[in-house]
Amino acid sequence: MIQLGGHSALHPAGPQAARIHDFWQFLWIVAAVVFAAVVAALLYAAFRRRGTDLDPPAAHRSAVRAVAAATVGSLVVLFVFLLLNFRAGQALTMPPDGAVHVKVRGHQWWWEVVYPAATPSDQVTTANELHVPAGRPVVVELTSADVIHSFWPPSLVGKRDLIPGDVATIWFQADTPGVYRGQCAEFCGHQHAKMGFLVIAEPPADFEGWLRRQRNSSATPADSVAARGQEVFLATQCALCHTIRPTPAGSRVGPDLTHLAGRRTIAAGSLPNDPASLARWIADPQGVKPGAFMPATPLEQADLDALVAYLGTLE
Amino acid sequence: MTARAVSPSRLATADDHAAAAELERTWGDRPGLIGWLSTVDHKRIGIRYMVTAFVFFLLGGLNAGLMRLQLSQPENGLLGPDRYSQLFTMHGTTMMFLFAVPMMTALGIYFVPLMVGARDVAFPRLNAFGYWVYLIGGLLLYAGLFTNTGPDTGWFSYVPLAGPEYTPGKRADVWAQTVTFTEIAALIASVEIIATIFKHRAPGMSLNRMPIFVWAMLVTSFMIMFSMPWVATASLFLAADRLIGTHFFNPAEGGDALLWQHLFWFFGHPEVYIIFIPSLGMVSHIVATFTRRPVFGYTAIVLANVAQGFLSFGLWVHHMFATTVPQIGSSFFSATSAMIAITTGIQIFCWIVTIWQGRPRFRVPFLFVIAFVVVFMIGGLSGVMVASVPFDTQVHDTYFVVAHLHYVLLGALFPLFGAFYYWFPKFTGRRLGERAGRWHVGLFFVGVHLTFFPMHYLGLAGMPRRVYTYLADTGWGPLNLLASIGAVVLVSSVVVFLANALVSLRRGTAAGDDPWEADSLEWATASPSPPYNFVHQPVVEGRSALWDRSEAGPVVTGLRTDVREALVTTVMDARPDHRHFAPSPTVAPLLAALATGVTFIALIFTPWGLPVGSVLLLVTITMWAWPSREEHADQRSQETGAPA
Repeated sequence: MIQLGGHSALHPAGPQAARIHDFWQFLWIVAAVVFAAVVAALLYAAFRRRGTDLDPPAAHRSAVRAVAAATVGSLVVLFVFLLLNFRAGQALTMPPDGAVHVKVRGHQWWWEVVYPAATPSDQVTTANELHVPAGRPVVVELTSADVIHSFWPPSLVGKRDLIPGDVATIWFQADTPGVYRGQCAEFCGHQHAKMGFLVIAEPPADFEGWLRRQRNSSATPADSVAARGQEVFLATQCALCHTIRPTPAGSRVGPDLTHLAGRRTIAAGSLPNDPASLARWIADPQGVKPGAFMPATPLEQADLDALVAYLGTLE
Repeated sequence: MTARAVSPSRLATADDHAAAAELERTWGDRPGLIGWLSTVDHKRIGIRYMVTAFVFFLLGGLNAGLMRLQLSQPENGLLGPDRYSQLFTMHGTTMMFLFAVPMMTALGIYFVPLMVGARDVAFPRLNAFGYWVYLIGGLLLYAGLFTNTGPDTGWFSYVPLAGPEYTPGKRADVWAQTVTFTEIAALIASVEIIATIFKHRAPGMSLNRMPIFVWAMLVTSFMIMFSMPWVATASLFLAADRLIGTHFFNPAEGGDALLWQHLFWFFGHPEVYIIFIPSLGMVSHIVATFTRRPVFGYTAIVLANVAQGFLSFGLWVHHMFATTVPQIGSSFFSATSAMIAITTGIQIFCWIVTIWQGRPRFRVPFLFVIAFVVVFMIGGLSGVMVASVPFDTQVHDTYFVVAHLHYVLLGALFPLFGAFYYWFPKFTGRRLGERAGRWHVGLFFVGVHLTFFPMHYLGLAGMPRRVYTYLADTGWGPLNLLASIGAVVLVSSVVVFLANALVSLRRGTAAGDDPWEADSLEWATASPSPPYNFVHQPVVEGRSALWDRSEAGPVVTGLRTDVREALVTTVMDARPDHRHFAPSPTVAPLLAALATGVTFIALIFTPWGLPVGSVLLLVTITMWAWPSREEHADQRSQETGAPA
């Protein structure tokens, strides 16, 4: 099955998520103390043994004092809360130096990931996976191609919305190499539930190597089955939406498939990237993600196998 | 006007009996179906509102039950994304627009006139109109669901998803018009309640003697008046974008997708307080009655309520911390979100002190109050947490927020259920079963925690809201199953309540007029109350109208009983000011509501709905305003100086 990696705000793997996690520890402990105190006071007030009451004026005075003290106490707690909250917020928004820049564009229902470069031909486009160097800050520029989505890898950083007509930025850092899962957090239509992505943090050298390999075009099919698969790809509706460099297929409606075989998942983190899942996804996308915009591609079994074999060569 | 020694709920003399009989003739409805359709009695309309809202509560609960069934295990195939999206949209829309707000305003419509000692609300026909419009809106929404045209873009209908490009068809239009209907109804109810409170209070009930529930309804009504126009604007823009091709929310043409969120949440956040401020008012009454002493800190509680009303308009951006709003601006909203906790805190402290000083009777309404404080504290504390921008970026739009909002809103449901046990004798003359009530509160309390507490963890563990399913590898399965089991407990508690209500309606023990020995005026007349509410309107002598009543027990006399005459008093001090003729029952409000219904439903399909509907409305409103011959004669005789 799919190796999901870390995807919990409670297991931070970077400075952003760690700072928020620290703040959360403070929040829940204070909340638990306040809750216990108020409920204890309530239950004692309700169930205390009734003795002789104070005379009315004295009872009134002590009641006023109790309410005033509780109110002032709450105010103090809330001020401390606000102060720590602002400090945490400040720390998180500090722009880091020496960051890697990545552009993420939300689509119904997948993530387009672009690594810009000074030379346009060096730009790298992939989908549903962000490779990042561990220990280095990453600045992500977020835009949307259609409706509002929200980018959220909880182990690394809190979420930020992708709003059409607007550009948002967010930064995070993965302290150690590893795989961290994220998921769209703003309801964006039928397949909001299956709009996942992976952040793959690698040692910087590995990351640079990966980036170099992504700039290459795919290799010419080496065997006849793969060659047949490429023919199928180019002759059917696949080529209308997807890009595979250097073939004539160059559409940007769906994810760029030039290096598909190097990805861990397909269908935006919904299925593992193996031949059986690929065949299932091509033949019956609506069975996997009802409402998705990928149409079913009815193929002879031999053609389907050839297509899957070809896609498997796109390292 | 003179004062006379008589208990308002007892008919002491033969004159009183004669007056009551004549009032019955004057204020009663015609028998049969026509009387049912034409009534303008605030109590009948209030009950109708409550029953309708409760039916919608059951439907909204059913939606939620199906959602919990779907989520009880990962990759469940029970519901597809289409059905699921419709269900969660229906659930939110039903609970917010068709249950919570109407239920609270219904209680206001029923109890405000009784609590301030009035004969009816200020504008009885408008009141009837409001109910019918609300009913049409609710029926429209469910007609949508049952014709597979149920809205599926969430109760918040964010654009551009809900816009013409991404939601073709009529689903989002059904949503927008349902919202329009419920806005109209809520605005009408708020006008009714404000005018009744300001101008129809019994003599002596100066503002600083008003029952806390009445204060709560006053604050709520003003909040409705200032917040509902924003969602009306937003849904109008949305309908225009969808129907006639405007571009309010289309960034490609200079529109702005975030504009929707600002407009929606400027309404949407006060909305939450519109739901729970009345509940806080009910708590004050239940606490006073069941500890047998006036609530401590009346002024503090009232001011806290008013402050809540104001502060709730400074919170809306905390729904938008994950958007591109500037961080520095967000800190203002963090601060107000934290400060509003103080206003609730003060009220909780005052209740605890009241309970401390009193000798509580542990009847069902009081048990609901105790449970309420526990549940509501959790919702309030998680509310302070999400007021933090950094923390909110982690939990926003996750199950943590689902847990938070349900703790708050179901927290508000505890006093509401408690109030039903408290006021059921007022509605029916019978008590709800005490033993079943204990089961109800117990199961409800356990169900809330089982269902919603695990969701805090699920949200932190990465589970977003509004997902129709999740992968097994996420590990969210067991806690979701637990939450679904909790939902079964919640359903069982509501079934207990329903059975209790149905059985007690027929076989409950007779309650008498004032079963709890309470302090406010709704208990100063028969239970259930006659159409005219009070034979003699009481004169109020203190904050606890019934407990502070002198031996003499002054009442208002001298009002005519042969026509629908009501006393209008001054705003601050409730001094008698002038007389007012309340309108008689008529089917015109129903017809006007039907015309409104035709207008807005036709507008889903064609802009021609507007001109055609306007003509229909003009005709029906003319019918409505046309004075009957008798009314005309009576008012002329009054104006020409007939003696009082």
